[in-house]
Amino acid sequence: MLSRRIIPCLDVRDGQVVKGVRFRDHVVMGAIEELAARYRDEGADELVFYDIAASPQGRTVDCGWVERVARILDIPFCVAGGIRSVADARAVLHAGADKISVNSPALRRPELITELANAFGRQCVVVGIDSLRDADGHWRVRRDTGDVAATTALPLRTLDWIVQAQRLGAGEIVLNCMGSDGVRGGFDIEQLRAARALCEVPLIASGGAGNAGHFIDVFMQADVDGALAASVFHDGSLRIPDLKRALRGQGIEVRDEL
Amino acid sequence: MRCDVREPTMNVVLVDSGGANIGSVRYALQRLGVDAPLTSDGDVIRRAERVILPGVGAAAAAMARLRELDLVDLLRTLDRPLLGICLGMQLLFEASAEGDVACLGRLPGRVEKLCAAPGIRIPHMGWNRLHTCRASRLLDGIAEGAMAYFVHSYAAPVDVATVASCAHGAVFSAIAQGDGVAGAQFHPERSGRVGQRLLANFLRLA
Repeated sequence: MLSRRIIPCLDVRDGQVVKGVRFRDHVVMGAIEELAARYRDEGADELVFYDIAASPQGRTVDCGWVERVARILDIPFCVAGGIRSVADARAVLHAGADKISVNSPALRRPELITELANAFGRQCVVVGIDSLRDADGHWRVRRDTGDVAATTALPLRTLDWIVQAQRLGAGEIVLNCMGSDGVRGGFDIEQLRAARALCEVPLIASGGAGNAGHFIDVFMQADVDGALAASVFHDGSLRIPDLKRALRGQGIEVRDEL
Repeated sequence: MRCDVREPTMNVVLVDSGGANIGSVRYALQRLGVDAPLTSDGDVIRRAERVILPGVGAAAAAMARLRELDLVDLLRTLDRPLLGICLGMQLLFEASAEGDVACLGRLPGRVEKLCAAPGIRIPHMGWNRLHTCRASRLLDGIAEGAMAYFVHSYAAPVDVATVASCAHGAVFSAIAQGDGVAGAQFHPERSGRVGQRLLANFLRLA
């Protein structure tokens, strides 16, 4: 049986791992390779690196650290940040990333998803979505969230974008629920359940993890394939072996401890 | 230090079948102490002691590329241990339903699309268990039920060549072996210690 994935997320800026609260006020957490090796050894199932400044600054991801990470990791990893073309994606994949994730550039030019799927196969193509509930009760996507000044609220409804992204060739969806990001109050189960009902490809929950119970809830109640978290892992308040023990205790299939 | 399986220097090559992330296979071999160059040169491949055929993408495109490089007959008749990884494993079979294309025919059977079902999402992406079907040196040090990392939408059915199976909806061939070739449907380069062991076991095959 396919196991549920635990995915530490490393937000990268200027060559270091940073973390903000509700996508703001970033503090430095450590060096990229150091944290990558730590999570590999603790039993992470996959890592995601977001170059959070790349899209707002209009540049692509730096492939130097991608290659250094690829050399030391023996688990899969995904890279996101300013990938706007097949050529950008090819550089990141050639540097050793297993998947690329597109967010703001795919909102500007949705056909990018199809171009990437045709070039590399849809299994390489992750669509990241930053989503926030508006006053009228609908979840809608936000663009360029890596930079507060550049963040834009779009009229596009999150659930519509999830359907469209799959039709265009997305092989996986990462749903960042911005309303719960960084505040450790639990994943946005309601939104993730709504997304799950429309998502036929793997769905990864992001935003809000504070303890092992939140992971149990999101797997059991929203049936997501993986759960992504940052601060709760970075500061050591939840260790991955302890988390997996708790999940296994609830009958949730996870990769064995190493 | 987790890279504890050291291999003596060996002439191993990676066939450049056009996949985008061949680098990660190369790095995994480097962690085993083997520097495997990436090549599409038939003479270099013929001289190698071990040949690895990685692959990401679609079967028809990969076969077209091998044909373009004039490597199809070479890989059909190569008498050195050959390991196909992911799509590379699928190419070892007679044919693939992906693009309805004839493949290398080193292993019996036809690769079919995995079927989606409630709770069974395609692509099959993530860590899943290996179940031993028959004894093989490829499984040395790999426990029954060990987990490996899969990313694929097509797979070969369980058949005489199957060494280990995996289940995602249907049961399929996760490790296959026969006629001097071996295949791993998962990504050993991204499957932690299990994957590293599989690669080391392949390098040790007589």
